[in-house]
Amino acid sequence: MIPGAFDYHRPDSLDEAIGLLARHGDQAKILSGGMSLLPLLKLRLASVAHLVDIGRIPGLDYIKEEGGMLKIGGATRQVALERSEIVRSRYPILLDTVTLIADPLVRNRATVAGNVANGDPANDHPASMIALGATVVARGRSGERTIPINQFYRGVFSTALAPDEILTEIRIPTPPARSGGAYFKVKRKVGDYAAAAAAVQLTLGQGGEFERAGIALTNAGPTPLEASEAQRYLLGKRAEEAVITQAARMAAAKASPSADLRGSIEYKRDVARVLVARALRRAVERAGGH
Amino acid sequence: MATHQIQVTVNGTTHRAEVESRLLLVHFIREMLRLTGTHIGCDTSHCGACTVLLNDQPVKSCTVLAVQADGSQIRTVEGLEHDGKLHPVQEGFTEKHGLQCGYCTPGMLMTSTALLERNRSPSEEEIRTAISGNLCRCTGYVNIVKAVQYAAEKMR
Repeated sequence: MIPGAFDYHRPDSLDEAIGLLARHGDQAKILSGGMSLLPLLKLRLASVAHLVDIGRIPGLDYIKEEGGMLKIGGATRQVALERSEIVRSRYPILLDTVTLIADPLVRNRATVAGNVANGDPANDHPASMIALGATVVARGRSGERTIPINQFYRGVFSTALAPDEILTEIRIPTPPARSGGAYFKVKRKVGDYAAAAAAVQLTLGQGGEFERAGIALTNAGPTPLEASEAQRYLLGKRAEEAVITQAARMAAAKASPSADLRGSIEYKRDVARVLVARALRRAVERAGGH
Repeated sequence: MATHQIQVTVNGTTHRAEVESRLLLVHFIREMLRLTGTHIGCDTSHCGACTVLLNDQPVKSCTVLAVQADGSQIRTVEGLEHDGKLHPVQEGFTEKHGLQCGYCTPGMLMTSTALLERNRSPSEEEIRTAISGNLCRCTGYVNIVKAVQYAAEKMR
């Protein structure tokens, strides 16, 4: 399969890339790892007149802790996240998530920011980023702005990014002591999208009660779904089994998956319930709660 | 039609070519360089038959544009053998019967090579994870794992 014809641009700087995006408007798409975009173009489900490759712009490939945040550069590949010592030791939810995305060969090309900015509800990082309370940095003609991730998704393949904006950085607040997170996903095989998946990131208080709880679902509707009611329900309660199962029920009740080869609506909603409970238990364990 | 001048080094030989923007790396390798050891399988970045090493990392060349590889080092299955001597992974696949129809084999060999360059003593689980993006519909993977273990032993 061969994509339709397009012109390819490889800017050397962010400003040059933003200029190209501004000039070509909706005729242009950003190419980064290309692991979602190139298959779409090859299958001719999408066509584009201009591809702006941001993959060689210097200074966008990093993972670092700075100012109380984990910062992930806009061109950082999934494989870098997977091998990062910081991530392996301090952000287990991200390690869970990245190793469940596609397969290792795809992760050698795919980028973290691409997964976040793509806007497909089947992408895995968005739910984890919502659970973590992440913020994304967008840069465009009018400068730089930050967008909380739970205000970033508008609809299927639709985000808060303007056509001339590039997602340059993901910022994750460094979790305080007694924090833990986990991501659970059910898929039919390696490389498949989630039948359902759940992200949890929480912080426990001195008495073992939930001080903060982030819960979000993948592939449970047109956008990644923040389980706000379940999050509120948990606050102040002790991390006990009855509380966990109730929160999982509340989170799953908000899911509106669509039926496909991965299962019926009822099946997917129930898998989501089970996965939220598992992710909560694992997160509590990692927070030192049990 | 937009075209670009690219320069890539494939198996140690530098090539310069004018390519269309939309030309895929696998087509560049197979049709322009005539290195047909790299196979096209699913053509949708699932099966891994088209795996090549791009700057030492295994990637699915059906989902990379040739122009994206400009300035890169590429290795294909043709680059594994040296002076008539098989690479240890090739020897492993032969000795341990790591193939039946052979269609996935070039991709399996490239992924295994990259794994062993990074990790000389992979566990069975690490091998299975590394090749999880390469599909084989014949062997059931058992002999492929043995072949990689054989190569690991040989390379240590």
